[in-house]
Amino acid sequence: MHPAFSVIFLTTLIGAAQGLFLALFTAQSYAAFKLLPQPDAHAFYGQGSLIALVLLVAGLGASFFHLGHPERAWRSAAMWRTSWLSREVIVLPGFMGVVFLYGLAHWLNWHPVLMILPGELPVDPTAILGVAGTVLAFALFVCTGMIYACLKFLAEWHSPLTVINYILLGGASGFSLAAAFAAVTAPELVSFLSGWAVIITLLGWVGRAASLYRNARLKPKSTLQTAIGIKHPKIAQKAQGFMGGSFNTREFFHGQSVEMLRGVKWFFLIAVFPLPLVFLLSGMHGGAGLLAAAFTVQYAGLLAERWFFFAQANHPQNLYYRCIS
Amino acid sequence: MTQLALVIDLNVCVGCQACVTSCKEWNTSGSAGPMGDQDPYGADPTGTFFNRVQTFEVGEFPNTETVHFPKSCLHCEDPPCVPVCPTGASYKRKEDGIVLVNYDKCIGCKYCSWACPYGARELDEQQQVMKKCTLCVDRIYDMTMAADDRKPSCVKACPTSARLFGDIHDPESAVSIAIRESGGYALMPEWGTHPANHYLPRRKTRIKIHDDELERADNPLKVDRQLPRPAMNEPTLDDVTTW
Ligand code: SF4
Ligand code: SF4
Repeated sequence: MHPAFSVIFLTTLIGAAQGLFLALFTAQSYAAFKLLPQPDAHAFYGQGSLIALVLLVAGLGASFFHLGHPERAWRSAAMWRTSWLSREVIVLPGFMGVVFLYGLAHWLNWHPVLMILPGELPVDPTAILGVAGTVLAFALFVCTGMIYACLKFLAEWHSPLTVINYILLGGASGFSLAAAFAAVTAPELVSFLSGWAVIITLLGWVGRAASLYRNARLKPKSTLQTAIGIKHPKIAQKAQGFMGGSFNTREFFHGQSVEMLRGVKWFFLIAVFPLPLVFLLSGMHGGAGLLAAAFTVQYAGLLAERWFFFAQANHPQNLYYRCIS
Repeated sequence: MTQLALVIDLNVCVGCQACVTSCKEWNTSGSAGPMGDQDPYGADPTGTFFNRVQTFEVGEFPNTETVHFPKSCLHCEDPPCVPVCPTGASYKRKEDGIVLVNYDKCIGCKYCSWACPYGARELDEQQQVMKKCTLCVDRIYDMTMAADDRKPSCVKACPTSARLFGDIHDPESAVSIAIRESGGYALMPEWGTHPANHYLPRRKTRIKIHDDELERADNPLKVDRQLPRPAMNEPTLDDVTTW
């Protein structure tokens, strides 16, 4: 497939935002159970939510560049019963709304106790919004992943690993960002957040390696024989029906060399996993610069990872477009 | 239920592209808007087509056959392109099984084209909406046309009658009979899309001529032990003489 930058930015930006929100609420939950010191809610949760929101808005903005008719985008909420894209279109603004309210409640230090859970655990609006946001963050990961994983013709995507990796890679970049952010606003949480960032990055490494391993061993289900229905081992295309390009030759081919593809793969395999791990581990005890570097490198790597994710998918329609004339 | 479809006979298609041009002519002139071309006379022309005719060479030289292969939307009975569409712009009509795109609703997200394994959908660069074969839905029900003209434009244009049009759910229709009796098949059956359009395979055309069809055993001349004139190996005109 041809990697579209609008979608690359959409998925990586909102992934990081979802991860960041999950990191914020994870910290809040631990603090509620007194497993972590209580940070300055206004600065850490409030401003943290603002960063997540900015990333979400940027991602949403990028996605509009993918559409031929952005002014009609509202229509895309219609078919949520059948279309994962439609579901994503509904969940994304819902999640943005909850992140906004969650950040606002923290920003205004609005913590009326709504009820007391057993064990003297007070529940305030931010806890409820946090739970709702967590559910929506995971729902959004599933929607985004399923947009690709549900297309059975694209064997490279048609696997639970696609969804798992969207969760893990978004989570890893979000937790790295949270760690870097905490180094500035809530130093007492840095080792906790960077610890989680390390764990999720390691899990993401395993997940992405598994999908690379799987994809390298795929055997295409469709062949030229099934594509045109002629059972002969030797078929060569002589003409594709036109001499110039077409939508079919632009949208479904990445047009890059094998070396380029391999280069991008190795770049992201280094930039998303080992490099950020080194930065995270060495910045774990408060190095804001190191943690910022961890997130920056990881995010740059994720752009390459997403590019590769699209480029690697081989669409069966390409069987019909192997030769110009 | 009706399922309109094309049946394309690969045995007689000569790859003349008449269906391609007549399709473009009819559909670019219709109310749905033009099928835009970009840089049509330049070095790298491109444009929207609903129908393309491709050419494949089957076999190894010198035993090769050239197969011309027209390809357009197959109006799948279980179309994977429809449920993925977020706006409902892509839909399959209940009454006749035609898969259509509502150009006023389409947001040009291209997701449906990813979900079609056949590459049958093309985004129109000019209008920025998804387009594909409509089976000439604006022709086949037009009662102001003569009955014989109420067929897809490509079917009317084909000089070798390689394209049949009809209801594949009606067992007595010409298309159903052709599918049944001439080995009609679907493309990429492995995906369970159940394309409505079918293709008829190449057939070897052979005739067996028996000796007695060329030389009469009961020729009265031969019975009288005379040889017919002119001789068997001399040039003759038909009916002048018979062996
Ligand atoms: S051929 Fe492609 S566009 Fe046409 S109905 Fe089937 S899946 Fe949809
Ligand atoms: S490009 Fe148009 S028809 Fe296709 S999925 Fe998107 S909105 Fe639907």
